[in-house]
Amino acid sequence: MSQLLAVLIDGLIYASWLFIIAVGLTLIYGVMKILNIAHGSLYSLGAYAAASLAGYWFSQGYFDATVAHFGPGYEAIAIVASYGVMALAAVLVGLVAGPLIERGILRFMYGKDEIVLVLVTYALFLILEDMIKLVWGVDPYFLYQPYGLLGSFDIGDLTYPNYNLLLFAVAVIIGAVLAWVLARTRQGKILLAVIHDREMAAAQGINVGLVYFVTFTVGAMLGALGGALTAPMISVQPGIGAETIVLAFAVVVIGGLGSLPGAALAAILVGLVRAAAVHYRPELDLFSVYLVMAIVLIARPKGLFSTQEVRKI
Amino acid sequence: MRPLRALSRFTALALATVALAVPAAPALAQDSIRIGLVTFLSGPAAGPFGVPARLAAEAIVESLNAGKAPSPYNAKGFGGSPIELVVIDEAGGATKQVAEFRNLISRQNVDFVVGYISSGDCLAIAPVAEELKRLTVLFDCGTPRVFEEASYKYVFRTRAHATMDAVAGARYLLEQRPDLGAYAGINQNYAWGHDSWADWTAVMSVLKPEAKVTTSQMPKFGAGQYGAEISALMQSGPEVIHSSLWGGDLEAFMLQATPRGLFKRSGLVLVAGEPNLHRLVGNVPDGTIVGARGPHGVFAPKSTLNDWLRQIYQAKAGYAPNYPAYSVAQAFLGLKAAYEKARLEKVQKAIPMGANRNVKEEMEKAYGRPTTEEVIAAFEGLTFDGPSGKVMMKLGKGHQAVQGTAYGMTRTVGGEVRLENIKYYPVEQVQPPEGVNSLDWIKGGLKPGKW
Repeated sequence: MSQLLAVLIDGLIYASWLFIIAVGLTLIYGVMKILNIAHGSLYSLGAYAAASLAGYWFSQGYFDATVAHFGPGYEAIAIVASYGVMALAAVLVGLVAGPLIERGILRFMYGKDEIVLVLVTYALFLILEDMIKLVWGVDPYFLYQPYGLLGSFDIGDLTYPNYNLLLFAVAVIIGAVLAWVLARTRQGKILLAVIHDREMAAAQGINVGLVYFVTFTVGAMLGALGGALTAPMISVQPGIGAETIVLAFAVVVIGGLGSLPGAALAAILVGLVRAAAVHYRPELDLFSVYLVMAIVLIARPKGLFSTQEVRKI
Repeated sequence: MRPLRALSRFTALALATVALAVPAAPALAQDSIRIGLVTFLSGPAAGPFGVPARLAAEAIVESLNAGKAPSPYNAKGFGGSPIELVVIDEAGGATKQVAEFRNLISRQNVDFVVGYISSGDCLAIAPVAEELKRLTVLFDCGTPRVFEEASYKYVFRTRAHATMDAVAGARYLLEQRPDLGAYAGINQNYAWGHDSWADWTAVMSVLKPEAKVTTSQMPKFGAGQYGAEISALMQSGPEVIHSSLWGGDLEAFMLQATPRGLFKRSGLVLVAGEPNLHRLVGNVPDGTIVGARGPHGVFAPKSTLNDWLRQIYQAKAGYAPNYPAYSVAQAFLGLKAAYEKARLEKVQKAIPMGANRNVKEEMEKAYGRPTTEEVIAAFEGLTFDGPSGKVMMKLGKGHQAVQGTAYGMTRTVGGEVRLENIKYYPVEQVQPPEGVNSLDWIKGGLKPGKW
């Protein structure tokens, strides 16, 4: 297989992962103008919750019991159930942490300077990181089983686990659903109105507080889903959120803060450039993401899909 | 007003109590020897290295204080004085650690410091220990630069440095695969990864100059995603992959590479893999070559001291000790041996004291605590027994330990990763002699020194 094809596949897989971890961050920024550093902790919480919940599912033999219950030929049911447990962990994290953070802290900060909000979410990130250590300790957790459940496929001389296809599919589905909601539904139009002008939207009778509440909860859920989907590929341990938020932030900035298509394009760009660096010039790997960021920001200081901002008088 | 007045009276009383109690604390603590223990309690190095080191240190101190350690370490604490630990988290980088170190000396008033897993922290702390004149034992960090680029009076390292990882690893690999034609590397993109790969390629170019490097992957520390690196390794077709990945990065790499069949095509050498082995059941291929920078952990030969460490660690942690536990054990036992030797020498020197006029004063001096300088004099060049065998302080003008090392191959049996085909390498085969820089020694053909 040509190296170029390997770069393309590796790049797209990495891009899918990047998009999944970055989409919640850009959604929250787009609607609420909050650069949520605590997104990294939501990612960690998702990974830990999935490792605990799905880890329990596997260690207690529920997977094998489901396979045995439905008999040979129906393993798919047990596989789907396993991924369902992971998704459930992400949803639970989103449903608990999202409302708690939004109602408990952020709503008192609305209208304050963006920098203040960054500091607030950064403080929250530090608190949550320590909380994770208190709850789960510092020993790493493993959830490797789901990575191999779907088997693998060969392209030329390379083998890839089908789990990578799942990541790709999830990224496409999340992107498509969010795009559809924004463009085609009443709720999407309300969201766009709030994005455009919060005060004017409130004056039109839109419950901005509710929009913020729902957006933050969905964003938290997406962050946790990123963690849950990553858990089978890594060793879940303290500090994974810090690495991730930096990358997610880079992707969101390259794409243009708050832009969904921007995040998608940036993820693909970064994914491909990084894969090319690894294959052709491994010593540039560390630098590749920031090289893309620097070039894009020199040409377009507000990112690829930045919109013209109307100055309010 | 009344409740307020009562409250202020209570506050005044409380403050007075605290004020009285504060000066009393050092007086109470005078009998014990305070040791600052610095190890990772958070961050990626906590799980595989920092926490096992802390658990081992606590178990050792409890056992030493109870006088339950085997001979020659059966005296309680250090020479009869109980040991008190002050534990500090190593996370946060070298600048923070320098501040923490100063704090340990000036505010916590520790007598000795035992610590540091990160080479960056060791390099930063050594000159500060020298400046503050406090005996500091580096217990785990690997860089040979500490004593090859500088000379210290107050700093010791009771564990052999990292040169042996590459030297013994390459010797072992070439014994298993004498016809090796091509190899690759995957190491983290920071000092440790670069040094490890530089040592490895230097050793290979001496021992097997015709072997080619197919690719050298340098992912970011904590990268988490290794898909492209695994593809690049697979496509470059090496017979063996060298890796100094550790902790979570190593585990993530193994979890992602195993299902892709990378290790069906290429063998693997993990120079720092020992602490993670028990967690990688099902995700480490049989035949992986693993080392532990010294005959530590599963490599440790049977002895009374080894049995003691395994027993107290197992009781504390619930699982067998890995190499950081052995490193910290060597630090405490080395320090104890030096302290007690200094004490004994002090008493022996004072024996012909009948001629002295003030006998009481002379007795107090002779049986008092040895000074830091006296402990240093006893520590320099000391040979002592550790749970993994003899440790000789023979490099760095008697401040750097040397030890032989061991390598072995993994085999998973009944849900447990075992190391088989273990081979021990004596000091002269894996360590440069005194006064020779590691890289120069490697490039000069690895000539055995005299020990």
